[in-house]
Amino acid sequence: MTTALKDYFIFVGRCARETIHGDWRYFLWMTALTAVALLGLNAYAKQLVIGLSVTGMSDQVSWGLYIANFTFLVGMAAAAVMLVVPVYIYKDETLHDVVILGELLAVAVIIMCLLFVTVDLGRPDRFWHMIPGIGKFNWPMSMLSWDVIVLNIYLALNAHICGYLVYMVYCKRKPAPLWYIPFVFTAIVWAFSIHTVTAFLYVGLGGRPYWNSAIIAPRFLASAFTAGPGFLILTLQVIRSVSKYRIDDKAILMLRSIVQVSMIINVFLLFCELFKEFYTDSAHVASAKYLYFGLHGHYGLVPWIWTAMVLDLVALVLLMLPQSKSLKYLNLACVLAIIGIWIEKGMGLIIPAFVPSPLGEIVEYFPTLNEWLICAGIWAFGMLLYTLFLKMTLPVLTGDLTPTSSPPA
Amino acid sequence: MSEEQKSDSPGGDISRRAFLAAAATAAVAATAAALAPLKDIADLPSLEEFLRKHYKELTPADKKAILARIAEQVKSKYGVTPNVTDLPPLDGVEFGYALNIGRCVGCRKCVFACVDENNQSRNPEIQYIRVLEMKKGSIDVESANTTYEGEVPKKDSYYMPVQCHQCRKAPCVKACPVEATWVEPDGVVVIDYNWCIGCRYCMAACPYGARRFNFEEAQLTAEDVNPEMGYLSNRPRPKGVVEKCHFCLHRTRAGKYPACVEVCPTGSRKFGNLLDPKSEISTILQTKRVYVLKEEVGTLPRFYYYFDI
Ligand code: SF4
Ligand code: SF4
Repeated sequence: MTTALKDYFIFVGRCARETIHGDWRYFLWMTALTAVALLGLNAYAKQLVIGLSVTGMSDQVSWGLYIANFTFLVGMAAAAVMLVVPVYIYKDETLHDVVILGELLAVAVIIMCLLFVTVDLGRPDRFWHMIPGIGKFNWPMSMLSWDVIVLNIYLALNAHICGYLVYMVYCKRKPAPLWYIPFVFTAIVWAFSIHTVTAFLYVGLGGRPYWNSAIIAPRFLASAFTAGPGFLILTLQVIRSVSKYRIDDKAILMLRSIVQVSMIINVFLLFCELFKEFYTDSAHVASAKYLYFGLHGHYGLVPWIWTAMVLDLVALVLLMLPQSKSLKYLNLACVLAIIGIWIEKGMGLIIPAFVPSPLGEIVEYFPTLNEWLICAGIWAFGMLLYTLFLKMTLPVLTGDLTPTSSPPA
Repeated sequence: MSEEQKSDSPGGDISRRAFLAAAATAAVAATAAALAPLKDIADLPSLEEFLRKHYKELTPADKKAILARIAEQVKSKYGVTPNVTDLPPLDGVEFGYALNIGRCVGCRKCVFACVDENNQSRNPEIQYIRVLEMKKGSIDVESANTTYEGEVPKKDSYYMPVQCHQCRKAPCVKACPVEATWVEPDGVVVIDYNWCIGCRYCMAACPYGARRFNFEEAQLTAEDVNPEMGYLSNRPRPKGVVEKCHFCLHRTRAGKYPACVEVCPTGSRKFGNLLDPKSEISTILQTKRVYVLKEEVGTLPRFYYYFDI
């Protein structure tokens, strides 16, 4: 056992050494990401010293950009599973090779999620109050406790699956099904659970009619399964252009059909929600009105949401047209869909629930520069992590890094 | 990549190392610069504070030490010697509150009495009570006005003050991931300001907009400080935690009325023991027309509104 563990650590160490090699493009990319991440860190240091008053949040709008990003990213994390399902359930091998890349993305994204929750805390020094066992964990009552648990388990599951499969490739051994198949299937169920629980975080609040709708969880899933694979379509193309790793167009087109179907469902569910809100036209429509048309002279979110609507629709049309079989159009559609969903699932889902407040106050929320910097910092850090993960695994997958290959300089 | 490396001459190797070392140094320096604002941090918790247990797990000795420490902190910060207590709930008491909506004139005296009593931050000013100005003919709070000004009462309006309703089925308690907020045996929903992690999930959960967040260090002068302090009620709160109305626990558990009840010039505010059938509050609940706000959300408040007649 101990030698096995030792071998594994040697493997991780050798992979880690890969990250200090690369061409100028790699170093430029990493430097840029580091710079943005540090700007974010600096902004966070300011927030720690002064308090959350450096954000645009208020007693009325008590959650903002951080939680919006968190919500969006939980969705992205499920992308991994959209690759795993065809491979392991339908035995369609098209995506087999890229499964690991998707799972690595999930790991990086979950870490970003946890960071977004952390920067939102007023007392990050007390984070340990949330650790089951030593803190005081309000489980099973609090949905936030559930969310913390499912996110961490999802992180562990994916980290294990990636680590194990890559290690097996490295050792040139056939992975033992017992060591990964059960985990893969658990991870599939789990991907749905991280969404559902995150959606329940909002749905469970009777005092916020805008969220108190059974359709939120399915809407979440649909948009996640659009944005996640969409992001992977883009990433895979970058990977194959900068590394020796071969990725077939077939895999990318397979992802395209996933994005296509999810996007249709996404837009359909959005339509259902809009119908319910505006046709009923009860007093509870105030939040939706604020979002789409503005309320009593306050129009803060209107430009955002209409941008999102237009992006979503253009993306949908593009995806439907046969032209999007060409990568150029497909990429455009993915970029549009990702931005559209980021707005709609982030700002569009979180902020209107607070406007008007339960007592009818209309306080608008505008993120501050400091807040934007922190968000940008976390995004840069997440991309940095993902790049490092790829840098560590790709040489193994291409067969350049084996137990016997000569160590890089 | 590996081809490049294999062709790396020993000289190239050295320059690569030098490059990496320079990059690492630059990264460390940049990180240090990014973290520079932290040198101004003023409220780092002491080790004792950091490791403190949840309120419900404290022994009496722990509590005593904590109360002494709080008194010490208040003294050094404001130069006022406070009397910090942690009064236990009284047996056979469940507090309830009733507000005569026909009488309230919207003068907001209660709002400011509350701020004076409870050591809230003065800048930005934190107020627990919001008075809603409602148009006659509407009970929809979502169309109320909380920022009204000018002479009150206005002819076409009536006034409905809202503060924490001390819900029997409190959504905020259910939401809190760390049990930093809970219902006491006498029915008051309290917050342990030393346990709250500031996630603000409870604020999203509260249907009455009752909870307030300390977005920055509370601004309070020595004259502002009310030295009669309770651990779960009005002791000064740290930055980054949530607070709200607690029915003036440090007063009411000692047999006094909440500050807002005492100050109200129209006698619209009534407070007492729901378990005592002869108390004023019980009589009101039995004999007046009583309703609760947002009954449909199922929170079962201990705060009632009523009309004479
Ligand atoms: S009014 Fe709000 S803060 Fe007060 S107990 Fe009810 S839910 Fe909690
Ligand atoms: S802000 Fe504090 S009291 Fe409110 S839910 Fe979070 S930890 Fe609990």
